[in-house]
Amino acid sequence: MRLVDKVLTNRLSWPIIGLILLFAFNGIYGEGFFHIEVMNGYLYGTIIDIINQGSKVMLLAIGMTLVIATGGIDLSVGSIMAVAGSIGALLVNESPDLSFGLVIIIALIATTIIGLINGVLVSYIGLQPFVATLIMMVTARGIALLITNGFIYTFEHEEFVFLGNGHFLMLPFTLTIVLIMALITLFITRKTAVGVFIESVGDNERASRFAGISTRKVKLMVYGFSGFCAGIAGLVATSNIKAADTIKLGEAMELDAIFAVVVGGTSLTGGKFSIIGSIIGAFLIQTLTTTMYFLGVPPEITTVPKAIVIILVCLMQSEKFRKKVVSVVKRSNA
Amino acid sequence: MNAIFNKKYIPLFATAVVLIILYSIASVLYEGFFSILVITNIFYDNAYLGVIAIGMTFIILTGGIDLSVGSVFAFATILIASMIEKGYSAPMVILLAVVLGLIFGIFQGLLIHLFDMPPFLVTLGGMFFARGAAFMISMESIGISNKFYDWVLDDLMLRINDQVYLPASTLFFFGTIIVALYVAHLTKFGRCIYAIGGSEDSALLMGLPVGIVKVLVYGIGGMCSALGGVLYTFFTGSGNPSNGVGLELDVIASVVIGGTLLTGGSGYIVGTVMGVLIYGTIQCALMFDGRLNSWWLRIAIGVLLLLFILMQRILSKNSEPEV
Repeated sequence: MRLVDKVLTNRLSWPIIGLILLFAFNGIYGEGFFHIEVMNGYLYGTIIDIINQGSKVMLLAIGMTLVIATGGIDLSVGSIMAVAGSIGALLVNESPDLSFGLVIIIALIATTIIGLINGVLVSYIGLQPFVATLIMMVTARGIALLITNGFIYTFEHEEFVFLGNGHFLMLPFTLTIVLIMALITLFITRKTAVGVFIESVGDNERASRFAGISTRKVKLMVYGFSGFCAGIAGLVATSNIKAADTIKLGEAMELDAIFAVVVGGTSLTGGKFSIIGSIIGAFLIQTLTTTMYFLGVPPEITTVPKAIVIILVCLMQSEKFRKKVVSVVKRSNA
Repeated sequence: MNAIFNKKYIPLFATAVVLIILYSIASVLYEGFFSILVITNIFYDNAYLGVIAIGMTFIILTGGIDLSVGSVFAFATILIASMIEKGYSAPMVILLAVVLGLIFGIFQGLLIHLFDMPPFLVTLGGMFFARGAAFMISMESIGISNKFYDWVLDDLMLRINDQVYLPASTLFFFGTIIVALYVAHLTKFGRCIYAIGGSEDSALLMGLPVGIVKVLVYGIGGMCSALGGVLYTFFTGSGNPSNGVGLELDVIASVVIGGTLLTGGSGYIVGTVMGVLIYGTIQCALMFDGRLNSWWLRIAIGVLLLLFILMQRILSKNSEPEV
């Protein structure tokens, strides 16, 4: 009994159970789901593909986790991806002499600034996070469209294409990017005081301020970081299709990112967070998406089950809901 | 004098001033902008936005928010178009869409009220749910050719003179404004909405039916979104599952620019109507100009929304203790 309790109360067990169920479903119904083969020295297979495709959500989820841990939310990540992608594609097209490292730096500086603007609006001006980032969600996509002037820039730039399609140690290079970002974030949040600051701001902002934590700076930083992560995700997504489609790029990605974080065990009310949980959550949502593609569900419709799962998970986190369920169970027992 | 310069009317004044300034600038810049035709056009083009914004005003007055409006709107348009294509009677289909919008809104309200879930989260879920549901009906736009639609478009209008007439959509918008004014300012329901927005706990202690009103307000919001969808099918003569992407920001912007506080408890239907007219004026001016990308509208609305929220923060700072 104790073991069951331990498993059920551990935040990581829910996404893992979900993942196992999805894998079981795919193992039975999806033909060749677990099949992995070596081609041209690289690994190929559905699961490898899920990792490669899911890398974008994983990157977004890393940034989103910290934002949600402070009790906020970032709805602008999808549009910030579009900004990064359009800057990257524009620069490799219009100024081919620029080194690719510089292109990445310029794109990431731009998206970090957008994230910091979100942060200023939330922490210094005191807007509700969803209002500030909703404004940014629409404005940033407008900016992306202005940057590209509505064109879809395509490119064959070798290094840019490698970012989202290359391989490293037989695995997709995107996995390396995710691992590096996750390790850096884990190190900063678990080996320095930053993680404690973030959790305390999410738990009780007022108490944190009285305890001497600069709550505003903490919030500013997490939104900036979320913009940075969204920038990397945007560059990867652009590289995936070798084009910057500013209207479609990152569309509804904020839903996937929030899904990954919430399923991964970070409460939307803020406080404790788990980066690893979010990455597992991101892997779960990408598996879900891929499964639905296999079943022939068009991508536009996949938002329906995702929305239902998010609401259900949040229901389970709601105190009132738990109390009601408990009282119903007690009544039926009595 | 005191009644006019009452502090609570300051946001409303600011909105009116912005509207007049914007319209004047556009009239100076663009020939033919200052005409009754343009004004009636602004009302006609934004009738659907106005109806949805009025629904949103009630929700924001209670301190809530509804992000699902754009998707419910799209769902209504494609539901109507696809069912008319299958041969169902147009008025019945329209009624069905409106009732579904109402039920969807009430369901969201129940989740928000019964389980204390944050409104933006529930309606964000609703936004993606309704969008997906719209695509389930049809992946592509469906045209509407129907006698009822022809009759409404050709015959149902108020002629003022040879050139100027008010189409059915505009008249419906006016009707909605009047009903909303009545509900907000002359009914118990309306007083209760303001009371909840002012302080939900106090409203509860006063014995007001907080739960029912909160749930109903989301129901009204869903219904208004569906009604907006109905108006839009008349406007475009088609239904499209990808209609109204980002519409929630336009609607929230119209409400907030109209002087309604996002924290709830303070705001006016008249302000929202002016907010919609500001939106319409900017849109119309961009069209007159022709050189500017339509995405400037979104950016302009975003910036204007931000400015108004900032102004509200400054105005309410004096009365609110620092958190």
